[in-house]
Order: sequence, then structure tokens, then C-alpha cells
Amino acid sequence: MKKSKVAIYIVAWSIGIVWILPFIGVLMSSIRPFRQIVDGWWHFAGFSLTVENFIKVWNHPTAPLSKGLLNSISIVIPATVLTIIIASLGGYAFARFKFRFKGSLFFIIIIIMAMSPQAVAIPLTFEMMRLGLMNTRIGLILVHTTWGLPWSMLFLRNFFISVPEELEEAARIDGASDLTVFRKIVFPIARPAVLSVMILQFIWTWNEFFFALLILHSPDKWVVTQCIPLIKGRYYIDWSLVSASSMITMIVPLIIFICLQKYYIRGVMGGAIKG
Amino acid sequence: MKRTRILFLLPALILLIVFAVYPTVETIRMSFWSWEGRQMLGFTGLSNYTDLFARKDFINMERFPTSGPPYGALINSLIWMVIYLPMVVILGLVFAVLLRDVKGSFIIKSMILIGMVVPMVVGGVVVRFMYDNSAGIINGLLRFVGLGNFTRTWTAFPDTALPSLILGSIWFRVGFAMIIYSAGLELIPEELNEAAKLDGASSWKIFWRITVPMLKPCTLTVVIMSTIEVCRMFDMVYTATFGGPGGSSMVLGLLLYLKAFFRVPPDIGVATAMATFLALIAAIIAYFSVRRTEQ
Repeated sequence: MKKSKVAIYIVAWSIGIVWILPFIGVLMSSIRPFRQIVDGWWHFAGFSLTVENFIKVWNHPTAPLSKGLLNSISIVIPATVLTIIIASLGGYAFARFKFRFKGSLFFIIIIIMAMSPQAVAIPLTFEMMRLGLMNTRIGLILVHTTWGLPWSMLFLRNFFISVPEELEEAARIDGASDLTVFRKIVFPIARPAVLSVMILQFIWTWNEFFFALLILHSPDKWVVTQCIPLIKGRYYIDWSLVSASSMITMIVPLIIFICLQKYYIRGVMGGAIKG
Repeated sequence: MKRTRILFLLPALILLIVFAVYPTVETIRMSFWSWEGRQMLGFTGLSNYTDLFARKDFINMERFPTSGPPYGALINSLIWMVIYLPMVVILGLVFAVLLRDVKGSFIIKSMILIGMVVPMVVGGVVVRFMYDNSAGIINGLLRFVGLGNFTRTWTAFPDTALPSLILGSIWFRVGFAMIIYSAGLELIPEELNEAAKLDGASSWKIFWRITVPMLKPCTLTVVIMSTIEVCRMFDMVYTATFGGPGGSSMVLGLLLYLKAFFRVPPDIGVATAMATFLALIAAIIAYFSVRRTEQ
């Protein structure tokens, strides 16, 4: 190997290591007692392992992660399934049907994609109270679905446009209805794109914090991301507990990412607003 | 359009209107009314906006730029953008080019992408941890290289809190720019580089004359998405510093939230004016990106 090539390899791997170093810190702090890492987790004198941090955050008195995980799952799964169904129907309509106000609707969708959730927070909470959706899981599920729709609809629309229409035309000539065509032909073809939507929407809702903070108030409904700031506290921070709760929260999206990276990256690229 | 075909769009339309379009329109309307707590009083025109720009926690021109922070959330968010955008573009591009020909680069890319995948709430915690005076690795490194005098909890001081968070967010989110540029690099035809090489162009020249111009659409995507990202910055600040100390790391989203939901009584008029400001930024971004795709 040439010398310059060796240098590139060294630089590249150094960047990778620097980039995950803070996460290694989190891992180390979560599996060691706090008194060992209080002066830095990179000191290995008297190294010992413990699962106590995990047990403590699992049964945390104010923000138990055991509860938080269940709550997150009970919100993320319906929000993902709903998004897939509604976005693939809508994306298909955008790709194949002609209708009035298509251009303006498209523009509105792009605006929502670019909008900060904070911009709608105030009237949204008033509205949720009026609809009786405040502090309910259904309310948060519907909001997550709505805010996942713009990019997932556009992503699926772009996918459907890239698929030749002949198969659908043939089925229509045979007398199949639009819905049958969609169910029997279009949706099965779209499986890889749907998988990307599923992964991204799952990770996005799992990681989401702001809407949860806005809508879920009672402690028995808090999702995992709401538990972390509470475990951290404001003044005295037990880094081992914080790290253990971070590990538990991160591990779900990380496993999905590692197993299905190809689809994740495709979704991220397809879901970005093109310049 | 056939009647049944409306059914394809209807669920999406209903949700978007109820939980996104209506609240946006309502935010704008609310910002032109005066408020007492959660009571709407009467139409006041632009007075919430003049109020907003008079608030020191929104924009503090008395301190900026001559004295130290806090400068107010608007200036903080602008500083965030001014540092974040070029850094993400440059680092993303450099990483993508550097990793193009490295074997096993997908492992390194995954390492860099972790920050994209995990919650920003965790990001805030990790950033705070990194900067911690005793337990944080950054101060550990400073001690290691003999700069022990400079160690401190970087997020706890007004003059370093915001820059620390900005660097943290870049570390966390640069993976996005990297994968966009990596994908863009694969679209540049190999012949183009070969031809330039045959003409005797140096790799430096190839980079500036071919790679960078060919990647212009990617750069635009990265800039647009990063602008949105900075406007949305909330979770990380919430967990790392809560906007502190003394508002020195306050950003638009968090200030809005505090004014509307934390303060007693809530300051709805000013908060909705801020929200309208954020919505306007979104509309501008949307306008330019739609116009660009149409061209």
C-alpha cells in the first residue's frame, strides 16, 4: 500500500473512533458503579462491572423505564402502522391520480415538512383539550402520524412514479377497482419503500420528545424520552444512571439501524427536501 | 376525479388539516390578538410583534456583540445557523470524499451515523456528559495534554454554553450530510475524473473543479435540511442546559415553549408571534425548494 493510502486509512478510522468515543463513555458509565467513573470512565483502576444502574433506572421512583418502554411501544407501533397505511394510499393518489388543487396541496405538504413542531404547539394543545385528546395515547398517536405523513407520502409518491403503470392498467381493464389494484398489485410491489417508511417513522416516533412533552402529562403515560431528563435531574447528576437510561433508550433504534441500514439510508435520502 | 379515488387522499387530508394546517393558521390568527393568560381579549394588530422584538430574551442588541451573553434566543439561533451550516457542509463533504475509497468504510460511516439514529434527548445528555468538569472526556483530554487550567463544565458558563452545544449538535448530526454527499459522489461519472487526470489535473483541482460543482444539488439539500434542523432544535438544549445559564444557550423553540407552557401566567401573544415567525421561515424554505424542483 502507498504511504498516502495508509495515512487516509489512519485518518478515516480515527474519525470513526472519535465519533463514537462519547457513546463508548455512555456504555462504560452504564456498566460500572458511579464512584468509579466520577473522575472519568477512561480510568480503569479497580474496574468492576455492575447491572445495578440498569436495575435502578428500570425501577426508578419517578420515571421508571420499564413503564416508559411499554408506553413508547404502545404509541410507536400504532403510529407507524397508521402512517404506512395512510401515506401509501395518499402517496399513490399523488403519483397516479389527477385532481384539483394538487399543486397547492403539494406546497402545503412541503411547508409542513419544513415547519418546527413548536410553531403549532399552542393552538394544538388548545385543540387537543377541546377534542378530549389531551393526555391520551390516541392523541399523541394521531399527531405522530400526521407529522410523519408529509415526508412518507412524498417518498412513496416518488417510488410509485418510478414504477411502470402497465400492470395496474391491465388489471383495471380486467375490471379491478382502484382499491383492489392498490391492495393486490401496488402495495406488494412497494414493499421495499414501505419498509423504509416503517423504519424511519418507527425511529422518529421512538426518538420524538416535544409532542410527547406537550400531550402526555400523567407520569403513568410518559414515554422513554420523557424519562431521561427526569432521571438526569437539574443539579446533581448521577452519570451512571443517566447512561444506563440512555443505553436502554438508544438500543432500540440502534438495533433497527444496524439490521436494516440500507433501508434506513434510502429513506433518509428520499425523505429529504431536495434543493 | 372518480368519487372512490377521493378516499385514497381523505385520511391523509383530514389528519393534515386537523393537526397541522389548522393549528398553523390558528397560530397566525392568535398572534394578532391580545391575551390575558389563556383568555383572548381583542384584536391588537402587530403589537405582539413589537412586544416580541422589545424582549431582551428574544433579541438583546444592547449586549450583542460587544458584551457577553445572553444575546437572546433569536441571535442564539442565528449564531447556531452561522456555525452549524458551514461546518456540517464541510465536514460532511470531507468525510464522504475521505471514506469513498476506504475499505470497510461502511463501518466508519455507521459509527458517524449513530448520532442520526439515537434520540436528541440522549444527544443532549451525552453532550452535557462530555463537557462535565470531572466525568467528561473533553476535560479529561485537556488534562492529558497539559491544559488542566482550562478544565470546567463547559455548558455551565454563559460564554461557552452555546458554542459547546453547537459543536455537540454538529458532532451528532453530521452523518446526514455525509450520506447525502456519499450518494452524490457515486453519481459523478468515473470517466469525468479519469479524463481530467489524463489532462494532468491534480486531485486538488479535480476536487474543486469537478467534485464540488457536481455536488451542488447535494449541498442545497444539506443546507435546507440543516436550516430546518436548527429551527427545530429543542430536545438537545432542553436536556443539556435548559437554555441556561441565564438564557445564554436559549433557542427559539425552547423560548417559545417556556413562554407558552412554563411561565405563569402564559405569554400567549408573544409566543404565537414567535411561532408565526417560525412558520414564516418554513414557508420561505418551502417556496424556494418547490420553485427549484419546478425549474
